[in-house]
Amino acid sequence: MVREFLESIGYLSIHFIESVGRTIIFLVYGIINIFLPPFQFNKILEHIWFIGAKSMLVIILTGLFTGMVLGLQGYYTLTKFGSEGALGSVVALSLIRELGPVLAAFMITARAGSAIAAEIGVMRISEQVDALETMDINPIKYLFSPRIVAALISFPLLTALFDVIGIFGGYLSGALMTNANKGIYAQKVVHSVLMEDVTAGFVKSFVFAMIVTTICCFQGYYTHLNTKGEHGARGVSLSTTNAVVTSCVLILVFDYIITYILM
Amino acid sequence: MADPFIQFVDVKKSFDANHVMQGINLYIYKGEITAVIGKSGCGKSVLLKHIIGLMNQDSGEILISGKDLSSLNKKEKKAFKNKLSYMFQSNALFDSLNIFDNIALPLVEKSSLSKEKIKEKVKLRMAQLEIKGTEENFPSELSGGMQKRVALARALVTDPDIVLFDEPTTGLDPVRKKSVHLMIKEYQKKFGFTAVVVSHEIPEVFDIAQRIAMLESGKIVFEGDKDAILNSDNVIVKSFIMGKEII
Repeated sequence: MVREFLESIGYLSIHFIESVGRTIIFLVYGIINIFLPPFQFNKILEHIWFIGAKSMLVIILTGLFTGMVLGLQGYYTLTKFGSEGALGSVVALSLIRELGPVLAAFMITARAGSAIAAEIGVMRISEQVDALETMDINPIKYLFSPRIVAALISFPLLTALFDVIGIFGGYLSGALMTNANKGIYAQKVVHSVLMEDVTAGFVKSFVFAMIVTTICCFQGYYTHLNTKGEHGARGVSLSTTNAVVTSCVLILVFDYIITYILM
Repeated sequence: MADPFIQFVDVKKSFDANHVMQGINLYIYKGEITAVIGKSGCGKSVLLKHIIGLMNQDSGEILISGKDLSSLNKKEKKAFKNKLSYMFQSNALFDSLNIFDNIALPLVEKSSLSKEKIKEKVKLRMAQLEIKGTEENFPSELSGGMQKRVALARALVTDPDIVLFDEPTTGLDPVRKKSVHLMIKEYQKKFGFTAVVVSHEIPEVFDIAQRIAMLESGKIVFEGDKDAILNSDNVIVKSFIMGKEII
């Protein structure tokens, strides 16, 4: 009983270390291949379209409602202390420093990350990845590298969009729909947000871009090696779930680490 | 006889307890079509995947022009791979690319040809394989037979020296089967490439192959030409050709 328990812990530990190692090697290969010719500008543009442009609607919607909820909750709480004038600062700072990068990354993971994992997973099980290898096309360069660049461009832009729409949402619900002073909201936003707040948000979005692309591409690419022995459609489904769950957990973990470092 | 172009020397490969190759010895000669026949699941596709480097043997050697494949340096391996084309049993077409882009992919990614030249080559192959007019379609919009021909067009578009066909006629009707076989024979004659065809199509595949090898229980149990296999006394070979189980 004890032996079995220890064995299972050992197995899980070895598997975890193996996975971390394989993921890091995968990431390093992906990054190196960005700088090796032939350069893949068209593919990068295609992926910017898929990861970035096609995620705009969902980012606008979630940004708007997050901002509106923040505006309402903030107004309700701040009026208790007679500080409703600080609403602009509360909404803007929480969005730019924290909620914008994290929630935008969650939404991109849900929309684009899951699709990436599923697409590459299907390519793996239908031998399309093998076909690339037989044509001497480096599958990591072809499938992963352009997505890293596209994500590094798209994530900060989408985060910025989320922040701006969120601040506007906060204005709608916290200032326009209540008795709060509209001018003070805008003035507080302008005066309380410093460049380092914006930088912190962007640093997070860059890191989240790397995490989401790496995990989603990795899970799809190694669909055939999943530990639960699932094959075919179930294997792809498992990889997609793993990609989304792992990405979301890592986003929160790294969010804490970056916040701690930048504080 | 000339030295073999590709030679398997006592190649063994196992997947856990499943010993797929138990000491394969096989000769593939330059400019010939070698057919590899055998029951389903006997390891024919695994054998092909060893040539192209998708799998590595547990032991034994695969010699290319006398040189061990595993001892080739990166540059030599790349040069060898560039001469190869592989047609997958499942076609392995890229379902997010249209037919034109599927066929053009190896040229777009690996050659320095101009866009016009690539277009010309792809169109030519499409015409030869009677899939003209499907350029804008996606693989899922085509029938199984059409997909097969697209895969074949992609395998031949780079004018390879060695083409590995993994059951190229599976899923085709008898007319198309015959035309694919004839096409392999015709192209091989025209371009002189070396072909390895894994197939179940007996006796049709005998008509296109100069050499036939039969794989059974992880070993090559027969190697020879059409006449030799048809007149073979080997019980395993005979029963397989006649479609009977050995009792």
